[in-house]
Amino acid sequence: MTIETFARFAMACLLTCCGSVAIAQGLNSDVPTIDIKNGTATATPIAVVTFGVEGGGLPPQTDVADVIRSDLNRCGQFRALAKNDIVEFPTRGEEIKFPTWNMLKQAYIVVGREVQGAGGDVRVEFELFDVAKQQRLQGLSISGQASDLRGVAHQIADLIYEKIIGVRGAFWTRIAYVTSKGSGANIAYALMVADSDGFNPQTVVNSRQPLMSPAWSPDGRKIAYVSFERGNSSIYIQEIATGSREVVSANKGINGAPKFSPDGTKLALTLSNGINPDIFVMDLATRHTTQITKHFAIDTEPVWTPDGQNLVFTSDRGGKAQLYQASAAGGDATRITFAGESNMKGTVSYDGKKIAMAQGNGNVYRIAVLDRATGETKAISTGGLDESPSFAPNASMILYAATEGPRGVLFAVSADGRVSQRLVLADGDVREPAWSPYRQRGQ
Amino acid sequence: MKLPIRVILIATIASVTLAACASKTKPPPPVADNTTQTDRTTTAPDNGGKYKVGDLDTDSCLRQRIVYFDFNMTDIKPQFQAAISCHAAYLRQFPTARVTLEGNADERGTREYNLGLGERRGNAVSGALGSAGASTSQLNTVSYGEERPVCKDHSEDCWQKNRRVEIVYTAKQ
Repeated sequence: MTIETFARFAMACLLTCCGSVAIAQGLNSDVPTIDIKNGTATATPIAVVTFGVEGGGLPPQTDVADVIRSDLNRCGQFRALAKNDIVEFPTRGEEIKFPTWNMLKQAYIVVGREVQGAGGDVRVEFELFDVAKQQRLQGLSISGQASDLRGVAHQIADLIYEKIIGVRGAFWTRIAYVTSKGSGANIAYALMVADSDGFNPQTVVNSRQPLMSPAWSPDGRKIAYVSFERGNSSIYIQEIATGSREVVSANKGINGAPKFSPDGTKLALTLSNGINPDIFVMDLATRHTTQITKHFAIDTEPVWTPDGQNLVFTSDRGGKAQLYQASAAGGDATRITFAGESNMKGTVSYDGKKIAMAQGNGNVYRIAVLDRATGETKAISTGGLDESPSFAPNASMILYAATEGPRGVLFAVSADGRVSQRLVLADGDVREPAWSPYRQRGQ
Repeated sequence: MKLPIRVILIATIASVTLAACASKTKPPPPVADNTTQTDRTTTAPDNGGKYKVGDLDTDSCLRQRIVYFDFNMTDIKPQFQAAISCHAAYLRQFPTARVTLEGNADERGTREYNLGLGERRGNAVSGALGSAGASTSQLNTVSYGEERPVCKDHSEDCWQKNRRVEIVYTAKQ
């Protein structure tokens, strides 16, 4: 078998394995299935060998190496060797036979072991090697709870990613999204929070009335969202750990599109007061609002630039919806999107360099990314009814809402558009995704 | 029987005038405010208190509770002017009756933008009712954007059913 055929076989195994692993680990119908569509030939090949387990006790429920492989594949920048193609099982650097991995054309190899402690603790040690140079690049250990081995695995994937790519990894993050099940008068809505690979979904809010627009606070502890439970759209802020929540805006008309400022002290939002929607900024301590736009057009979906100085928002003041920018202190708005018939719902990358948005041309809506330096716009999804893009905190991936037939699903696509991963609930619609900030330990 | 003929005549003149007005001018672009539409509706005819509360369920005009819209448009099409007129007449006759105008949009475009579109449509109907004789205290607009679809197919056939304002009586008298 030539290396080329072998690689193709490995890719086929990879695609099958990822799908089947996800289903196998699904314990109930609400765990999202994950399919990885497309691969890229330019991704860096990396072997993550099954971790050894030491310390006795029950075998762990989570295959840490599997989680790391899936993470690295998802971002599009790596191609992890399929589990089935791993035939040697070093757990320490000194056990690695480099010629094997060289023959398998791997650029990197990760080995490790889980050490189970008493009382549900676990310590996971791992080492990252450059195969060609036979050189150890990293050797670290992460401690955690055996009940959250997935979280530990994501943290390891982040460290590997950062060591090789040079940018902080965003695998140990969460996503918020809205689900709806049922039809007609019997729709059940929920606001959910899950790991960014879709595992461990937790309900934040259940409602019989629509929920929209979840937005994370920068410390990851709170979510702002729109709820229709009071009859009209109104904005709540809820603390995830305790479930405690308060209404922050319930004016007449539309109360929508909440977004925390980067320092967490303010909330940008849309208020119409029954007349027409404009952008406002609320000081969360005083609840005092400042009006940012004053225009009879629909102005909505404000997002902050990372320096907290400006707001990018959607406005149809020019006829069709486009993105505009205004100072967060108020002032004139300048149009910033010029490609496509319409552009809505911007999301700004952590470095302010890119804006992803929902772009409409005719009846086709796709996710497009604007490079602010060059002014170029590139479509990164195939389109249909794609909307609601949200950048990962390291901008390596974008989460967005799409439809497959009658059903709403989420996709996570690599920033260059080459690799995409679908998250699907067993039944019902999923929409309105929001990627969390980086997690903090103890959250 | 003079009275009914007079009513019919006035109603006919009103609807012909409305139709003529509608055909002369182009609908304004979505960004323009929608007061130009409401200027065109005439005051509801003084129906001499012809309605009973039960007519909401039996009168063919009053039973029309949904106004439909074209894509991205918020102006009221001629075929709905009659419904506007009769509801305005009813509201004028029963000053303590209340309606909520529920504005909706089809699924295209983002959800928050569609909240705005639904509100514009609700306000267009509210404005038309007000111009036709209802009191503003009787009118309340709520937008549901695309959150309350009556169908979920990705086709114009379904989309047009969702681009609507529903006239909901919260108090019939």
